[in-house]
Amino acid sequence: MSGQLRFAVNGTPAQVSVPPVTRLSQVLREELRLFGTKVGCDAGDCGACTVLVDGEPCCACLTAVGQVSGCEVLTIEGLGANGSLDRLQQSFIKHGAAQCGICTPGMLMSARALLDHEPLPTRQAVADALGGVLCRCTGYRKIIDAVIDASGANEHATEAGAAVGARVRHLDGGAKVTGELEYGADAPPADALRVKVIRSPHHHARFAIGDKEAFIAAHAGIHAVLDAGDVTGVNRYGVIAPFADQPVFAEGLVRFRGEAIAAMVGDREVVEGLDTASFPVEWTPLDPVMTPGQARKVDAPRLHEGREGNLLIEGFVARGDAAGAMVKAAFKVKRRTTTPFVEHAYIEPDAGYATRIGDRLELFGCTQATHMDREEIAAIVGLDQSQVRVVPSACGGAFGSKIDLSFQPYIALAAWKLGRPVAIAYTRYEVMNATTKRHPSEVDIEVGCDRDGRITAMQFDGVFDTGAYASWGPTVASRVPVHASGPYLVPNYQARATAIHTNGPPAGAFRGFGVPQSAIAQEGAYDELADLAGIDRLEFRRINALRDGDPTVTGQVFSAGVGIGACLDALVEPWAEARRRAREFNASANGGALRRGVGLGSCWYGCGNTSLPNPSTIRIGLKRDGAIVLHQGAQDIGQGSNTVIAQIAADALGVPVDRLTLVASDTDLTPDAGKTSASRQTFITGNAARLAGQALRAQLLRRSNLSEPATIELADGEVRLRDEASQTTLDLRDLEENEFGYVLMAQETYDAPTKPLDENGQGEPYALYGYGAQMVELLVDIELGTVRLEHLTTAHDVGKAINPMLVEGQIEGGAAQGIGMALMEEFIPGRSDNLHDYLIPTIGDVPTFTNIIVEVADPLGPYGAKGLGEHALIPTAPAILSAIRDAIGVAIRDLPATPDRVRAAILAANGGSRAAR
Amino acid sequence: MDAAISEDYARPRSLDEALDLLARRDWKILAGGTDFYPELADRKPSRPVLDVTAIADLRGIGEHADAWRIGAATTWADLIAAELPPAFDGLKLAARELGSVQIQNRASIAGNLCTASPAGDGIPPLLTLEAEIEVASGSGVRAVALGDFIDGYRSTVLGEAEMITAIVVPKSAATGLSHFAKLGARRYLVISIAMVAVRLDLEDRQIRNAAIAVGACSPVAKRLNALERDLAGASVSADFAAMIADHHLADLSPIDDVRATAEYRLRALPTLIARSLRGALDGADL
Repeated sequence: MSGQLRFAVNGTPAQVSVPPVTRLSQVLREELRLFGTKVGCDAGDCGACTVLVDGEPCCACLTAVGQVSGCEVLTIEGLGANGSLDRLQQSFIKHGAAQCGICTPGMLMSARALLDHEPLPTRQAVADALGGVLCRCTGYRKIIDAVIDASGANEHATEAGAAVGARVRHLDGGAKVTGELEYGADAPPADALRVKVIRSPHHHARFAIGDKEAFIAAHAGIHAVLDAGDVTGVNRYGVIAPFADQPVFAEGLVRFRGEAIAAMVGDREVVEGLDTASFPVEWTPLDPVMTPGQARKVDAPRLHEGREGNLLIEGFVARGDAAGAMVKAAFKVKRRTTTPFVEHAYIEPDAGYATRIGDRLELFGCTQATHMDREEIAAIVGLDQSQVRVVPSACGGAFGSKIDLSFQPYIALAAWKLGRPVAIAYTRYEVMNATTKRHPSEVDIEVGCDRDGRITAMQFDGVFDTGAYASWGPTVASRVPVHASGPYLVPNYQARATAIHTNGPPAGAFRGFGVPQSAIAQEGAYDELADLAGIDRLEFRRINALRDGDPTVTGQVFSAGVGIGACLDALVEPWAEARRRAREFNASANGGALRRGVGLGSCWYGCGNTSLPNPSTIRIGLKRDGAIVLHQGAQDIGQGSNTVIAQIAADALGVPVDRLTLVASDTDLTPDAGKTSASRQTFITGNAARLAGQALRAQLLRRSNLSEPATIELADGEVRLRDEASQTTLDLRDLEENEFGYVLMAQETYDAPTKPLDENGQGEPYALYGYGAQMVELLVDIELGTVRLEHLTTAHDVGKAINPMLVEGQIEGGAAQGIGMALMEEFIPGRSDNLHDYLIPTIGDVPTFTNIIVEVADPLGPYGAKGLGEHALIPTAPAILSAIRDAIGVAIRDLPATPDRVRAAILAANGGSRAAR
Repeated sequence: MDAAISEDYARPRSLDEALDLLARRDWKILAGGTDFYPELADRKPSRPVLDVTAIADLRGIGEHADAWRIGAATTWADLIAAELPPAFDGLKLAARELGSVQIQNRASIAGNLCTASPAGDGIPPLLTLEAEIEVASGSGVRAVALGDFIDGYRSTVLGEAEMITAIVVPKSAATGLSHFAKLGARRYLVISIAMVAVRLDLEDRQIRNAAIAVGACSPVAKRLNALERDLAGASVSADFAAMIADHHLADLSPIDDVRATAEYRLRALPTLIARSLRGALDGADL
C-alpha cells in the first residue's frame, strides 16, 4: 500500500513508509517523533504547523508527505545549532514573544523564512509574513518586536533581592522556542491506544446505541467501545460540586450538539481515519431551545430535573434604593446590549494520555487545574484521590476552558479498563463543539446621575445563556452583580444575573466570568450618560471613580489600594491628545470615508474566588547540595506563573532567582496551589510563595543566629550567611533529610480573607480588586462599516508589577481577545465550528500599544501586587464600542460589531438606506 | 526518485501518464492540498488520489504569441513573483489576499477554480481576464470559458476523466489596468464577505472597455455586463459610485451567512466597485 518515501528533515535523511497522502504534520509527529511542529486545526486556519519545505513556509497539515519526497524540510527542531538558540529564538525569549508557546513554532518558522529572504524587514513585512499564524495569548506586538530585533543578547536579574519588578524572562522560555516543551498531544507512549469520541450531531435528541459487540467484532483493532454503562464511578461531573450535572457519556438523551455518547478505543492506525458515521446509533431529534427567551417559556422542555424554567441560578446585589433614586435622577440612560457565545480558541486542542500503573492512574495533559482534575477523575473512575496523579503538560492556551474536564474522563476510563496507555487529541471540530464557551448575554441596564454627573442609581438585569450544563454558570451569576457597577461609587444599586439553560454548548469560565459582558453594558451606558450630562467621558468616569474609603456596591470599604482613579488620571493627557487627533482628522476632507474615533473603558475585578476559600500552598526546600527547590503548583498556562511565583519566592528568601530549581505543578509533587483562574495566582499563590520564602529564610537565620538584613549564599554542602555584624557558614552535611529529601524546608499556605454575601449581596467577596482603563483610537470606514484599530493606550493598576514584561504580555494578550469579542467573534452552534468561520484577530488586527503600568500597592498583595489576567480583557471591547460611537455617532449594542452591523447602524442613524448610500 | 505510485495514490511525472491514469479510475486530484485536507478532516480519502504536483509541465507561466498560459499547478506565490503586464495586477492582489503566505506557497490556481467556492478569491480577476480553462483527458483537449467552467455552487463541468492543464488568458484581454478589492471581517486569513475585480482599457482619459466581476455575492462569481456597458465611455474622473444603480447588480443573489447579511453585501458593492475602479486608475499615467 505504500512505498518508501525519502526526504530530509533538518539536514538529516528521513525515510518513512506511510500512505503518501498522509499529512506531513502527522508524519513529523507520529513517525519521526518530532513533536515541535504543532497541530492546531488541521485546516490551514491557524498556521501552528508551519514548516519550511525547500525554504518556503507551508502548513504541514495541508501537505501530503508524498509531495515532499526529495525535498528539504526544516522544522523548529532544526533551528539553532549544537544545542544553542539562534538569534531569533533568543529574541523571542528576550521579548516575551512566547507565552503559552503553542504558536511559537509556527511563528518562528514563518519568521525564519522571512529573515532568510529579507534580513531587515519592516514591521509591515513581518505582519505580512506572520499573518497566517494565529496567536491567542500575546496580542502579537511582542512577536513583531522579537522578529525585528532578532539579535537579542540575554541578561536577566540574577542579583539576590532584585527579581521582583525586573523584566525576568520566562524561566521556562527556552523549551518553548526549541519545540522541546511537551504539550498534551506530544509524545504519548509509543504503545498508546487512541480514543475517538462519538458525539451528537443534534442540539437535542434521544438516542439508542446499537450492537457495540458487533461493531467491535467488525473493526479489527478496536479494543473497546465505552458508553455510560462503562463509567465505573459516577457518570456526572462539574466544576462546582453542588451543581455537577454533566455526564461523561450521555444516558439516552443529549442536550447539546457535540455531547459525547460513546468512545471507541483502539490501535492508532485504526482509530485515526475511522469514520464515526459507521458507529451504530439511532437518533431521535427533539426540538431544541436555543435562547434563554425560548427556554424560559412555560411550555419549554426542561433540561434538568429540579431546575424550573431552566433556571440554573440567580445572583443578586442590592444597595440603597435604586428604583427611588432613579426616579429622581437628573439624567438617565436605559439600554439593552447583547453578546454571543465566544470561543476560547486556544491554539492547542485539548489532549493528553492516561496510563494505569498497578492500582494507580496517571494522567498527562493540558489543564488549568491539576488538583480539581484529580478529584473529579477519581470520582468518575471510582478511585480514591490518592490513586490518581495528574501531571500537566505544557498548556497551549486555556483562558478558562481548561478548568473544566474535557478529554480526561475518556482516557482515564479507557486506560483503567484496558490497562494500557490511552491517548487522545481533540480535533478542532471537537474543541469548537464540545468544550465550554463564554456565556451569551442579554443585559438591560439603566443608570442615572445628578446634574453634576454623579451616579445616583443603577439597575441591571442580565440574562446569561449557560448552555446545556452548569459548568461555571453559578460563578458568572454571582460575579456579575458584584462587578456590574464597574469601579465606580454607586450609592443606589440593584443588579440581578440569571443563568438559564439552553441546548447550546455548556458556557463556562472565560477570562472574566461574565464581567466583560456586563462591562459592555455598563461602560456604554456611562458614555451615553456623560453625553447627556454634557461632561467629557473621561471626566465623567473620574468624577465617579471609587476612592479609598468609598463603599463598593457590596458595601465593602477598602482603606487603601483602590487604583482606578490613578488609572484614569494616567489617561488624561493621552486622552486629550487622542481627542485632538480625532478632531483634526475628521475636520479635514482627507479622510474620505474614514472617521476617527476615540473611546474609553474601565474595569475592576476581584482577585480570587467569590466569598469562598481558595487557598494556595507553596513548598520550598533546601537540598544538601545547596540547591533550592521551589514546588510551584500554580499551573502556568502561558501567563508566566512559573516565573512570577519564582521571582517572589526568590526575593522573599533572598537568593537570585536563577538559583531556584522549579518543580512545576504535579499532584504527586506539588502542594495544591489552586486552579489558574480568577486572576488569583500572583495574589494568592504569590503570597504563599512569599510566606514560604520568608519562612525558609527565617529558619536559616535562626540556625545561624543572624539578624536582618542578612545575605545568603548557597554552595555545595553549605550556606554562607552574613549580616552587618558577623558571618557564618551553615554546614548542610550535618543536617538530616526530611521525607521530601530536604535538609531544610518550608511550606506555607495563604488564603484570601473574604466574608460571605448576604441575601442582598452585601459583604466582602474579595480581599482585593485590580483596576484598569484603556483608551482606543480607531478608524471607521463609514461606507463599508469596517473598523481599523490604530492604537491602544492602557493603564492597569497591578499594585506592583512583579514582572513588567509579563504584565505587558497579559495586557496585550487580554486586549487582543477583547478586540475579537468587540469586532468579530461569534460562535453559532453548528455553524461556526472551525477557525475560518469563527474568526479571532490575526497579527494584522491588533494595533500598537502604549502600556502605562500603574502601581497602587495593595496592603494584602505580595509586594503590593494584584491580579491582572482577566482585567486586561474587560475594558477593551467597551473602549472599542465607545470609539466606534465617537466616530459614527451611533452606538452598536449587539456584538460583535461586524462590518454589516456597523454599516446597518450608520444607515439607520442616517434615516434610511437610500439616503446614506 | 520515488515513483510513488500505489493502489490509492499516484504522483505521475508526465501529463500523458496522468491522463492515462485518469482514464482508468475515478481519482480525486490533489495539488496544493489547501482545500483537499480541510474537506477530508479526520477521515481517510474515499477515492484514490492523483497527485499532480510532480508534473513539471503543469507549473509555470508562459507568454505565447496570442496568450498567457498559466500552468494548472502554478501556485499563487509563483503568480505573485511572475513578471506580468498590469492587467494581471488585480489577480496578483487577489493572490496576496488568498489565505496566508503558507497557503499561497502551496495552493494551485486551478485548485481555486475546481473548488469553485463562491468566495474563491482567484475567480473574479480571472473572469475579468476572459480566462479560458484548458481541460484535458485521454481523448483530447478542450477549452472552456471560465464563466462556463464553473456551472454552479461548488460545481464545475470537469468530467471524471478530465483535469485542468492550464488557465489561458488571451492577450486581447491582458490589456489595460486592473485592481482587486476584498472585503473581510479581519486582516489576513479571511474568507471574503464580498470581492470585486476590475480591468480597464483607457483611451483619452476615458474608459474604453471595463471588465468587472464580483465574488461571494452569488453562487458563482459574476461579471457585471450591464455596468461594464454603462461605464464604457465614462471619464476617468467620473463619480463611479453615483453611476452604479440597483439594476447593475440585479444578477447577483447574495445570501445571509456567518460573515455578513445579504443586504450588507449588496449595499457594499457600489463602494467596493467604485474603489476598485479608482484603485485601477491610480496606477494609470493620466
